[in-house]
Amino acid sequence: MGIRAFIEGWPVYRQLTGTDPLGRGAAAQSGRSARLTARTEGADTVARSVCPYCAVGCGQRVFVTDGRVTQIEGDPDSPISRGRLCPKGSASRSLVTSPLRQTTVRYRRPYATEWEDLELDVALDMIADRILAAREQTWEDVDSEGRPLNRTLGISSLGGATLDNEENYLIKKLFTAMGALQIENQARI
Amino acid sequence: MAEAHPVGFQWVMEAKRRGAKVFHVDPRFTRTSAVADTYLPIRAGTDIALLGGVVNHILENELDFREYVLSYTNAATIVSERFVDAEDGDGFFSGFDPETGSYVQDSWQYAGHESDSGSGHTAQERDSAAGLRHESHGAQVHGETLRDETLQHPRCVYQILKRHFARYTPEMVERVCGIPREKFLELARAWTENSGRERTGCLIYSVGWTQHSVGVQYIRTGAIIQLLLGNMGRPGGGILALRGHASIQGSTDIPTLFNLLPGYLPMPHHADHPTFDAWVDSIRHPGQKGFWGNARAFGASLLKAYWGDAATPENDFCYGHLPRLTGDHGTYQQVLNMIDGKVKGYFLLGQNPAVGSAHGRAQRLGMANLDWLVVRDLFMIESATFWQNGPEVATGEIVPEQCRTEVFFLPAASYVEKEGTFTQTQRLVQWREKAVDPPGDARSELWFFYHLGRRLREKLAGSDQPRDRALLDLAWDYPTHGPHAEPSAEAVLREINGYDVTTGRLLSSFAEAKDDGSTAIGCWIYSGVYADGVNQAARRRSRHEQDWVAAEWGWAWPANRRILYNRASADPQGRPWSERKRYVWWDPDAGEWTGYDVPDFERTKPPTYRPPKGAAGPEGIAGDDAFVMQGDGKGWLYAPSGVLDGPLPTHFEPAESPMRNPLYGQQANPTRKVYAHPVNSVNPSPPQEHSQVFPYVFTVSRLTEHHTAGAMSRTVRPLAELQPEMFVEVSPELAAEAGLTHLGWAHLISGRAVIEAKVLVTDRLTPLRVDGRVIHQLWLPYHFGFEGLVTGDSANDLFGITLDPNVLIQESKIGTCDVRPGRRPTGPALRDLVADYQRRAGIIPGRTPPMVTVRRPAGQADEGPGEHADA
Repeated sequence: MGIRAFIEGWPVYRQLTGTDPLGRGAAAQSGRSARLTARTEGADTVARSVCPYCAVGCGQRVFVTDGRVTQIEGDPDSPISRGRLCPKGSASRSLVTSPLRQTTVRYRRPYATEWEDLELDVALDMIADRILAAREQTWEDVDSEGRPLNRTLGISSLGGATLDNEENYLIKKLFTAMGALQIENQARI
Repeated sequence: MAEAHPVGFQWVMEAKRRGAKVFHVDPRFTRTSAVADTYLPIRAGTDIALLGGVVNHILENELDFREYVLSYTNAATIVSERFVDAEDGDGFFSGFDPETGSYVQDSWQYAGHESDSGSGHTAQERDSAAGLRHESHGAQVHGETLRDETLQHPRCVYQILKRHFARYTPEMVERVCGIPREKFLELARAWTENSGRERTGCLIYSVGWTQHSVGVQYIRTGAIIQLLLGNMGRPGGGILALRGHASIQGSTDIPTLFNLLPGYLPMPHHADHPTFDAWVDSIRHPGQKGFWGNARAFGASLLKAYWGDAATPENDFCYGHLPRLTGDHGTYQQVLNMIDGKVKGYFLLGQNPAVGSAHGRAQRLGMANLDWLVVRDLFMIESATFWQNGPEVATGEIVPEQCRTEVFFLPAASYVEKEGTFTQTQRLVQWREKAVDPPGDARSELWFFYHLGRRLREKLAGSDQPRDRALLDLAWDYPTHGPHAEPSAEAVLREINGYDVTTGRLLSSFAEAKDDGSTAIGCWIYSGVYADGVNQAARRRSRHEQDWVAAEWGWAWPANRRILYNRASADPQGRPWSERKRYVWWDPDAGEWTGYDVPDFERTKPPTYRPPKGAAGPEGIAGDDAFVMQGDGKGWLYAPSGVLDGPLPTHFEPAESPMRNPLYGQQANPTRKVYAHPVNSVNPSPPQEHSQVFPYVFTVSRLTEHHTAGAMSRTVRPLAELQPEMFVEVSPELAAEAGLTHLGWAHLISGRAVIEAKVLVTDRLTPLRVDGRVIHQLWLPYHFGFEGLVTGDSANDLFGITLDPNVLIQESKIGTCDVRPGRRPTGPALRDLVADYQRRAGIIPGRTPPMVTVRRPAGQADEGPGEHADA
């Protein structure tokens, strides 16, 4: 390190000669903090997204590095939110990367006291069989006057307000074709 | 709003900075109150009395925006001479049937239409939550009406409205709501002075308004004010519902609801809709004005999207495949049926009813009595572990070794691990890009339901059972991609938008819908979201690069229109009401409507257009009929049909209240939906005996740092740290009365449950002096449950099940309770305490209080309006 670099590295010198006479910013910055960069800067990709909490619909930018979500920030372009997020929206990264998230199928047999593991494909197959059995047991072709009913009241569903429109569309379409009409979501609650 | 929708609240602060006056009405002083100009504490459950007071203030002082009211509302329309107002019926309108606790609406109709436009008996409409269908359109009414443009006819809507609200005086507001009359007048004056040609006022409510046994009528009262003041269809005006979930609007438009099909088409009813034609006619009401006249094309196009090639004009587009309603199949009826063993299987899709629904114990007992339960969520929620860790395990009501429910927990993909659209609270559809792959077995609902459907169809291949036809005929062919064969969300959105069946061309609007099977449209009101083959919902033009309407950010249904009924932003001749409030107007030179937004009117129909006699559908809409979805083209101050509990809002006490109704002999909404089931009960209210067993009012709402039932916040470290504990807020006065200490424990008891919470003594709550007595209100957050990083008892356990008759939403913003210091009992002793309170209150589980209020015999105090002198 030369003399000049040594003197310029001295905060008081920088405070007296630089643009930061109060010594609260550039003058007081250490070499280490000067070299720090935001984790958004090196992101591989940025996805334009929408906050998953309330219905205001704040714009979000999801920063991804090495296939992992590294940061979620408000989208300054959004005319709704102007880049802002509330405490919940600001915690979105913690939500999606939470260590409490379940990532495997869990199965509880009737009368069991503990969970066990189950293959996803097996679970899907078992659920399909149970749907067909429930229809078999509870199907109603017609009412007492012979008018069509085409339905089962043996299957219920609740949920949708946190899901995508495309998902709700497929859910309603499939359940309707199954004759299952007891479909509800948070809009009823 | 600052608490539950903080980022939306920035616009309120923006308005305040520009001179707007902000009023906050809430039982509890919140972050919103802190920055409002005026805070008005209110007795929970009395909003109709408050807003009715504003209506009365407007009419008494003739402060309505008369030109707007005359042209765009039904103020001048003459109502049937058979109509009797609730003011003359001690809380009942004409047509009440005590047998079913519901109304026959014939006498509410416009004069001359008593028989041909009544929706008849409403008991069945209540069971099918028919009010919800009117989210996008008006109820049935005949297009041609008798009018008195001078508004002097005693049976015109204006005069009926005036008489109906005449007793809702500032003094009555004070007596009912606990709001001093001077404070009330400050609110009424500010609202009226800031409406008219040059100014508009905005009414914002959060969905706590809907969670009342008169919820729809709360919103109706707000709508009456906004119509009288000319605040609808104009910039800076309107009624804004702040909904609580990222796509709760979307899940109503493209519904996962029992009584609706996409685009607010009704699920068919077994008796009313035997054929496709009968179903279509029940929607379009032949002879009626407005855009529902095209319902046949919307219905045919939906069925074509569902059943593809199998759907033909000859087989009524497979209309016969649709399952039929026979009554109430809503979520609360379902839960009671689960307890009774009638339901085999239950899917929970990102929803946690063990914490989030009213009467948590009923929810958990229902889930414990299923053959199987599928829970799809990000986290292990209470609704998946009730059999292991629920409060009923502690009381011995659920024994794991005896609980037969088979539970599948399937991990779900989060919102950044899939692509698709959310519809936010102002109908804005926004596409999200996928950021990363979901971890492990986590999958989207799109994946789960597409592959479940595929598997069901494989298993049924070759079946000749008639009931399997609907599944086998289903158009269920979506392109997939990636290692997990994820279906294409864009392909589904294209189907929702609709296309020409022969050419595959994507439609640009619902005007292109055909009733001959040549178009398929998954949700007609979303038609245009993929106009020109472009995903319009994915548009992200920066707010810095467009005007304040921001029409190129996302896409709003219908037709990318940002303000509905915006024809009303111009005067009857098509000129802006004022330069300041210019929005959409008629350009006589170009011969078309133009402006900042997509006009909510036929583009080239001039203001001078008058329909030929007998014209129906869109043709019947005159050039100054701004409310184009309404059967008479008018905004409804008075609702001749469609609202099941009355054509005008009327103050009723909540189903549970410590107060006698000061306005009418009828205590609570006589048409509210109740369930006589052993698990359910209602705490007594005056004039019933023993209401003093539950002397306090409690209300619940959100914390900024938590989200609904907590699955997305009590599991997230920073949020759990910010709000780590269940608590109850009480006023210093109540703390002294009940012996509660700050930071100590208290337990609250209702006829359903006992819960405990830490005590926060705060003057954010204040005792209200109401009708000569003091009412104490408690406040609780409803986010807590027994799983997650932070746990606590669930406030929703305290509520019973009583529903609004129009939409079958539960009254879960108000109930009565007792509160005691210390922790609650544990084990079986907890149920003993509830049983003791039930006994003292005279509650017999399964028996509901009389719907029509039974007055006490003469000589006994009733406290009702008849016996109680005006304070």
